[in-house]
Amino acid sequence: MIAELGHYALVLALAIALVQSTVPLFGARTGDAVLMGVAEPTALAQFGFVAFSFAALVTCYVTSDFSVATVFENSHSTMPLIYKFTSVWGNHEGSMLLWVLILTVFGAMVAAFGSNIPASLRATVLAVQSWVAVAFYVFILATSNPFLRMSPAPFEGRDLNPILQDFGLAVHPPMLYLGYVGFSISFAFAVAALIEGRIDAAWARWVRPWTLVAWICLTLGIAMGSYWAYYTLGWGGWWYWDPVENASFMPWLAGTAMLHSALVMEKREALKVWTILLAILTFSLSLIGTFLVRSGVLTSVHAFASDPLRGIVILAILVLFIGGSLALYAWRASTLKQGGLFAPVSREGALVLNNLFLTTACATVFVGTLYPLALEAVTGAKISVGAPFFNATFGPLFLPLLVIVPFGPLLAWKRGDLRGVTQRLSAAFVLALLGVLAVCVMEGRPVLAAAGVGIATFVIAGALTDIVERTGLWRAPLATALRRAVGLPRSAWGSAIAHIGLGITLLGVVGETQWGTEQIVSLRPGDKVSLRHYDFTFEGTTPRTGPNYSELAVRFAVRRNGEMIGEMVPAKRSFSARAMTTSEAALMTRGMSQIYVSLGDTTADGAVAVRIYHKPLVLMIWLGCLVMAIGGAFSLSDRRLRVGAPKPAKRRVAMQPAE
Amino acid sequence: MTRKQRRLALIGAGVGILGVAVALVLSALRESIVFFNSPTDLVEKHLPPGTRIRLGGLVVTGSVVKSKDLNVRFEVTDGNKAIAVNYQGILPDLFREGQGVVTEGVLDPAGAFKADTVLAKHDERYMPKEVADALKQQGHWQDDYAKKQGTGTRNP
Repeated sequence: MIAELGHYALVLALAIALVQSTVPLFGARTGDAVLMGVAEPTALAQFGFVAFSFAALVTCYVTSDFSVATVFENSHSTMPLIYKFTSVWGNHEGSMLLWVLILTVFGAMVAAFGSNIPASLRATVLAVQSWVAVAFYVFILATSNPFLRMSPAPFEGRDLNPILQDFGLAVHPPMLYLGYVGFSISFAFAVAALIEGRIDAAWARWVRPWTLVAWICLTLGIAMGSYWAYYTLGWGGWWYWDPVENASFMPWLAGTAMLHSALVMEKREALKVWTILLAILTFSLSLIGTFLVRSGVLTSVHAFASDPLRGIVILAILVLFIGGSLALYAWRASTLKQGGLFAPVSREGALVLNNLFLTTACATVFVGTLYPLALEAVTGAKISVGAPFFNATFGPLFLPLLVIVPFGPLLAWKRGDLRGVTQRLSAAFVLALLGVLAVCVMEGRPVLAAAGVGIATFVIAGALTDIVERTGLWRAPLATALRRAVGLPRSAWGSAIAHIGLGITLLGVVGETQWGTEQIVSLRPGDKVSLRHYDFTFEGTTPRTGPNYSELAVRFAVRRNGEMIGEMVPAKRSFSARAMTTSEAALMTRGMSQIYVSLGDTTADGAVAVRIYHKPLVLMIWLGCLVMAIGGAFSLSDRRLRVGAPKPAKRRVAMQPAE
Repeated sequence: MTRKQRRLALIGAGVGILGVAVALVLSALRESIVFFNSPTDLVEKHLPPGTRIRLGGLVVTGSVVKSKDLNVRFEVTDGNKAIAVNYQGILPDLFREGQGVVTEGVLDPAGAFKADTVLAKHDERYMPKEVADALKQQGHWQDDYAKKQGTGTRNP
């Protein structure tokens, strides 16, 4: 019964979405306040019905109702409760329902908290967002109904893919979807601006918080996915340039560019048309990301299942939304007034350069991800584009961007003084050089590591320089500097923190890729192996059983310079329901570095294949992402984003930080 | 600086960065892409030894031989031809006889394939798309695979 109610609620949500996607738009065009007012209640009602539908599906999973097909295929009565819950979105149908749930959450949030947005713009935005919702309801109801019943009902489910039986599934997909779907709001704002033919600084201010929320979630979602893959797949890799990873990385790059260009638009009324285009592209990449991953076009871990009808509907949705919005852009963009002149050397100029690098880097990832598909469609040849391609294209485009990062925040708006900024960055230069020297002396490793550490130090020191300059630390008395630091706009802190995060991630990447060591050996009980300063002794094996699996754990004693520092217990787990085995890696954290041990096959004579890695600074990769997200949160809490509509007098205060 | 010069500077920077990107992409595409081949392709094409390729198919049942130092030898087939693959290292959890596998490496002068990467996907129901296509081409595609690959049986 509950499954039918959930299904019915979804149909009702579609009906409401159809009303919301047309009536408010008509009201906005004719200036009818009553019709425009339809948007908010319908947005809230849509959220209510989808939330009910989602709750119904969760109930089916938690109570292990195997008469529902998706529950039968992805759940098992012996699974721990948390996995019964998370397996709701560990499959195609459920994950699509999660997608629309988040879409309606954002719609409801705009309806509930968007009272400072002009009525006609708000009505248009909610209508446009509802178009997306309609497309997704139709897709789910027509091709991916999560509530499909089976008769007769089986007694036991087929279990969730063991790889997905992990806490990561509770965090990674919802965060990623919050990111993807959050960009639908900036997309709706962009399309609404094109329809209205009007756009100003206030528009950028309304869009920015939504974009920031999406960006923060996407950053965390990608980082979480990367860490999950790292500890769960047993290969010790944290980024493979897999098409699916790229699918989430492209909206991140475009979204990051949009955050920066919206800044220019808000402060200087320039780059309007470009920001609109970025908003459209970012959400288009999110759509492509969602669908490429789910449609099974790409050979990937994440491709749950493929079905020809789904493919066609997906293609139709992509063409409709991406083609439609770009056509609207081509038609209407010329009606938007350009404004705000600036010299090439200025804050605006630096942000333009940032955008150029980010978007071209994003384009190279796009080419690398989709070229194999295009080539196969045209010539039939099957190729794979792997890490070497991306390292050779993305790397050279991203490194110069990192070098210019510290300059941007120090340059003045409109007309900057490059020499002055370079002088102010001299401390950062010196620190970066010291970093390079330290690497050369201590490690004697090649140019790449030294350059990486140098650039990372420069980025971090540069971001600190910005804060030091703004507060007048060193020059003014400490109390004054502290007072200024507190009074500094949160967005200034936000950008400095986010840039520091970027530097931290880079340090982690350099450490892991340049100094990481590994060993693959076959060991018997009592055998010893050393890696770096660590000695590992194979103590013995222990069989263990869990709720829905059995495993063979291997105990290693770890010593450093002869001194015992702990035990590591990797395991090989077998899941009977799917006849699958997984490797459970053992991790030992030493400061920012980790030791990583995972198991391979066991041979007949009792030897176990073992992978041991030493990964220096690896935790900084994800710590940096976390710091970036914290920076985003600081920026989000900035006063000017909360006060809403522009008030010139107040704005001037906010725009001129104590300097 | 006039308005026109400013605009030129902007366009120049854009075109410059885009040009660098295009050059990087083109050179990387020439050097770092890897073609996928089925065992039949490999026999028919007579690729020069040392070419880096991907080879995919089903692992021949009974062909897996493990020896010292984690050396493994197995055969990959598309139902028509079979190619021997040598690999040193740890096989993925889902590597199994009779199932789909994709390997990457180089062909040695003796005609055997030396793999440095072996990929088996993370779901026992999942068949790598390239392998499925290769099997279809050789007429060895069975509905059984399609069922495994598709959404699964609705009525047990």
